[in-house]
Amino acid sequence: MIHRSLLLKILSAAVVFGAWEIAGRIPVSYAFPTFLESMDSLLRMTLDGSIFHAYAETLKPLIVGVAISTVLGIGLGLWIGLSEKFEWLFSPIFIVMQAAPLAALIPLLVMAYGIGLTSKVFVVCIMAMPVIVLNTSSAVRNTPESLKEMGRSFLAKDRDVLLKIIIPAASPVIFSGLRLGVSAGFIGAILSELKITPTGVGDIISYSRSIADYPSMYAAIFSIILLAVLFLNLLEKIENILFEGNDRGYVTD
Amino acid sequence: MSQTRQAFDDAQPSDQDIAVSVRGVSKNYGAVEALKNMSLEFPRGQLTSLLGPSGCGKTTLLKIIAGLLKPDSGEIIVNGKAVSGPGPNRAFVFQDFALLPWASVLRNVAFGLELRGVPRSEREAKAEKYIRDVGLAGFERAFPHELSGGMRQRVGLARALSVDSKVLLLDEPFSAVDEQTRRKFQEDLLALVENENKTFIFVTHSIEEAVYVSDQIAILLPRPSRVSEIIRPTSFRTKGVGNIRRDPEYLDIVDEIWASLRNYVE
Repeated sequence: MIHRSLLLKILSAAVVFGAWEIAGRIPVSYAFPTFLESMDSLLRMTLDGSIFHAYAETLKPLIVGVAISTVLGIGLGLWIGLSEKFEWLFSPIFIVMQAAPLAALIPLLVMAYGIGLTSKVFVVCIMAMPVIVLNTSSAVRNTPESLKEMGRSFLAKDRDVLLKIIIPAASPVIFSGLRLGVSAGFIGAILSELKITPTGVGDIISYSRSIADYPSMYAAIFSIILLAVLFLNLLEKIENILFEGNDRGYVTD
Repeated sequence: MSQTRQAFDDAQPSDQDIAVSVRGVSKNYGAVEALKNMSLEFPRGQLTSLLGPSGCGKTTLLKIIAGLLKPDSGEIIVNGKAVSGPGPNRAFVFQDFALLPWASVLRNVAFGLELRGVPRSEREAKAEKYIRDVGLAGFERAFPHELSGGMRQRVGLARALSVDSKVLLLDEPFSAVDEQTRRKFQEDLLALVENENKTFIFVTHSIEEAVYVSDQIAILLPRPSRVSEIIRPTSFRTKGVGNIRRDPEYLDIVDEIWASLRNYVE
């Protein structure tokens, strides 16, 4: 089974890259390089180290923002899920945040926090946090009632109910919120570099575009997607290690 | 109320040792009266069924006894003391099993002890014993979704037994398992009542099941909820599990209960 799914993954990657290569060779647009040209640029940037310099810059707001969103988002989500009053207070903020057109808000953020790291972290958080908060709170609210009753009938303290029943039961949905949040965070990090100040990977993208070095531009875009996918896979691995059995279906289903 | 008292006077031998007694318990859900001034006693070491049509408040009563719900008035006395919440003297078996899907059978069975702070090696040794007792030896490392419905309920039963409570509360425990498994469960339950010195309170909607396993059957009627009758089968309990279902008294009681319930089933 594992070999089969690996094979399918490789096959689907081959199909996508093949289509890219063909589209680049036609070419569909002068500004669309082939897959091989892009990989060549990526290799060059890797060898001369420029891509690492770029990521050192890009990862700063990304990691800080994602870390803040994860800790604060899960914390707030748990609280909102557990307390009705708190939901009234905070839930609308995150729903508005999720629906707001972020690009339009960036000038406001720049006015308030300048063009430095703070604004970029804010952008990442605004992208990543709402979905983490909302998923966590609804997962907590949907903990099967009978599991909580079971805990109480076997004399669980409130802390035990939270740590041993509610959080593990909510973890699949919390993690799916994290996955969505982290991918939104990646988008936010690149957006902030394109919209606030061009640094890191955003700089490679906008600079290569301005000098019509399209292979480098696509190489940078490709690398950020690759990084996001790898990170999401890592997250899934962590989930499976932490909550073994959760990936094996639900008892009451 | 007079009906209740009448039933008690007829059915309750006065020298009975009472493990759990329910005194004047009422419970409303908004405008709906789930229980109204209900009184009932459960003799020690015996199995009492709460039987009635849906909506008669039998599960509500069981959850109040368990301490999971607070009654609006009245009190629950367990071993002579009034209780106000869940306690170590009562263990609950759930209709939907309420197993942790992310935990192995071993951890699920030991979970009650884990919550009581029993050290790991001790609680696992105890859990292993009860896993063997309920016939699940070899499945300690399995996860709940790998088990059949019947096996899952055995896990739930082992969890309730392992905390060594004197009172076992079973909320329609066999309703989610298939007919054949249920019959086996009923036989096992009779052996359990025989061997363990525990008081069993058993909620069911199956008349046959109630008559088959019970020392005492409390018939509950809805709107307003009340105990209409208490029946104590006398003769067939000693004749062996294989003979109960064709005993004339068994058949008579089943018929009689159906006759009194049929008007309340819509």
